[in-house]
Amino acid sequence: MSVHDRVSTDNQLARLLQIAVVLEEVVEVRAARHYETLSPAERDDDIEALLEAARDESADHRQRLESLIDQLDAEAVPLEEVEALVEATYAQTGPEDFDGVLYDQLHGEETAYKFYDDLIEAIEASDTDFGLDRDDLLATLKEIRAEEADGVEEVTAVMEARE
Amino acid sequence: MNTADQYLKAIYLVQKMENGPASTGALADRLEVSPASVNEMIGKLQERGLADHEKYKGVTLTDEGIEQAREALQTYCIIERFLHNVLEVEEFPSEAKALESVIDETVAERLDTIIDREPQCPDCFDAEADMCAELVGSEGEAD
Repeated sequence: MSVHDRVSTDNQLARLLQIAVVLEEVVEVRAARHYETLSPAERDDDIEALLEAARDESADHRQRLESLIDQLDAEAVPLEEVEALVEATYAQTGPEDFDGVLYDQLHGEETAYKFYDDLIEAIEASDTDFGLDRDDLLATLKEIRAEEADGVEEVTAVMEARE
Repeated sequence: MNTADQYLKAIYLVQKMENGPASTGALADRLEVSPASVNEMIGKLQERGLADHEKYKGVTLTDEGIEQAREALQTYCIIERFLHNVLEVEEFPSEAKALESVIDETVAERLDTIIDREPQCPDCFDAEADMCAELVGSEGEAD
């Protein structure tokens, strides 16, 4: 594989979509744990709605990505194992306070956005005939990317409201 | 990881193996590109203060180049370990090489939160085997 190759095989594309599933799963599990870590005084409807929406959105993205992976005849991501890994490391890497929770959430959404952005660019730069419909693939990834961008804005709005 | 980072990583590893400057030929072999492409990129790295090139001897990274190369190597190690430990990919070395250009360090850092990487990373990277030393011998099998 030379340094010039980008996404050039079904296997490579499937692997990148699997990585996206893991990134979504990380956001989903951490969002669920975040709310539990807040003190009662820090819990309110806005933050609960934000974390719940983040969780639901990640689950929806994950399912859409899994459907693409399925079309490529690739194996599904071992989600239970990933969930256990995220849970196991949350104790060491989880945020300690409310601002940390928001920052962690923001970081998760930004990372996912960056990944989709790079992936879309790499697919558009590739002339590979993938084993699924290229237009559907790009449309799905662009929709998910747009939702990640909205997610970043939503978290930022909550952060600004607290300042 | 962008192309420049892939070159920095290769120069760092070749320098480590040769215990001296990295030759254009060795870099071209390692990166599977032409010597002309290597020379072109070395020129760019030199302009950015990341490498020094001495004719007939080879290329040497500056302190800044070493720092950036080590970060790139760490990102690469995360990809290898993630593929092996989490996705249980048997052919993780070749797949990591195929994916490194599409995965940047921000994404790698996120993946790093769920893998059990060694604290000495990337010092333990096996330059000869071209993979994380902890994974040498485990190609063709997964966790």
